[in-house]
Amino acid sequence: MLYIKCPHCGMRSQNEFSYGGDATIKRPELGKEISDQDWDNFVYNRKSLRGKHWELWQHLSGCRQWIKVQRDTATHEIFKTLKANEEIS
Amino acid sequence: MQKYSVFSLVKNALSNHENWDLAWKDPTPKKEYDVVIIGGGGHGLATAYYLAKEHNITNVAIIEKGWIGGGNVGRNTTIIRSNYMHDDNALFSEFGMDLWRRMSQDLNYNVMFSPRGIINLAHSDAQMNTYARRGNSMRLNGIDAVLLNREEVREIIPMADFSENVRFPIFGGLMQPSAGTARHDAVAWGYARQADDMGVDIIQNCEVIGFDVSAGKINGVRTSRGDIKAKKIGLCVAGSTNILAEKLNMTLPIETHLLQACVSEPVKPVLDKVVTFGAGHFYISQSDKGEMVMGGDLDGYNSYAQRGNLPTLQHVLTEGIAMMPFLSKLKMLRTWGGIMDMSMDGSPIIDKTHIEGLYLNCGWCYGGFKATPASGWTFAHTIAQDRVHELNAGYSLNRFNTGHLLDEKGLGTKTWIS
Repeated sequence: MLYIKCPHCGMRSQNEFSYGGDATIKRPELGKEISDQDWDNFVYNRKSLRGKHWELWQHLSGCRQWIKVQRDTATHEIFKTLKANEEIS
Repeated sequence: MQKYSVFSLVKNALSNHENWDLAWKDPTPKKEYDVVIIGGGGHGLATAYYLAKEHNITNVAIIEKGWIGGGNVGRNTTIIRSNYMHDDNALFSEFGMDLWRRMSQDLNYNVMFSPRGIINLAHSDAQMNTYARRGNSMRLNGIDAVLLNREEVREIIPMADFSENVRFPIFGGLMQPSAGTARHDAVAWGYARQADDMGVDIIQNCEVIGFDVSAGKINGVRTSRGDIKAKKIGLCVAGSTNILAEKLNMTLPIETHLLQACVSEPVKPVLDKVVTFGAGHFYISQSDKGEMVMGGDLDGYNSYAQRGNLPTLQHVLTEGIAMMPFLSKLKMLRTWGGIMDMSMDGSPIIDKTHIEGLYLNCGWCYGGFKATPASGWTFAHTIAQDRVHELNAGYSLNRFNTGHLLDEKGLGTKTWIS
């Protein structure tokens, strides 16, 4: 069982959360010329790192907010959590 | 190589089974090979076997970080099927079914292929319609499919829950009678033994550290046991694909996720089919030892852990008990997890890459085991001829760029969410 510290609600079990994937992916900016490769990278291509990984989770059965979580994908250790609008440093 | 037969068994019994040949050797890596296959799992071993058998390329090495057959081919639920709707998947898988039927003879190794049939249960009228459509598509591609109504399903699997007040009543199911199971380790060992006999070097405990790429061409691979030169290198590393892709500066439409499976204590024969739950993700069969072999959803987040988490297991087994209530009385014997190379449309990739001489075989999601022979056969063709075979033409790497997705289940890019 993972325990994730929601920045809004505190420590909760993973059962309350759903997963949203890589948090470092940025949507191509609107109104600009966007190549097929840019879309490909945004929609499909992922690094899927082994080790520290910033990812999105939604506190679905809690405050329903999206949050950012830094987790080790090999050990499941969670290092940091951020609100969705906080930048990854 | 000694042929395995009843005669060799009797002969070796007379000498207390102390004189059997080694099934494969433990060679020191040479400086150079024609082809290097990275990954000594089912797909890698099958690829080497078909390179030697179909294309006469025997100066081949398989490099394996751990021991052969220690990854997903050693930790799956052994289901073999070709019940796909899309042509690319159906024709590829059915080609594989033919290889499965002949495999024990071809490899002189009993892989215990057991075509016992698979039933996908339906729990609504809409699902029955979907299954009728898929069944018809399968039959058009020459694959056997039978649509069963509720009573027909009840005759075959009376232990499922057919009571009136269940949340997901069984409306019927789609059966592929020729689907089944096989002994997973034997598949790896059988391919390894034959490949070794034809001259392939199986190099275990040899980790890939990096690649030698220059001017868009692959020249070799750097390993923990020294540099190995090769003009052609094939990647068959399933859940480790992203790790090696990073060393090649490639970003792939693959995420690595964890899938769990489990077996119950062994019980007397009760279930002679593979059965899947249609209102969630759960599948079950009974092994020859009597264990109920079960699996279902991914854990749901990127993972390289090779061990599972209990919430998912609880969720999956809740579905199992909803489908077959007697399972609640069984004790769990073992659970385990493996890391899956989840592609973004749920279909695999067998293709060339932008690096000349580098070939990619990945994205098998939940379905890698059944694809072992067809994957090896087509990947060997792709490597040997430097072009894809028509059977794996749909499994291209650039389909995500061009929009020609093979989204068999309509799950789109979020295969792990369903």
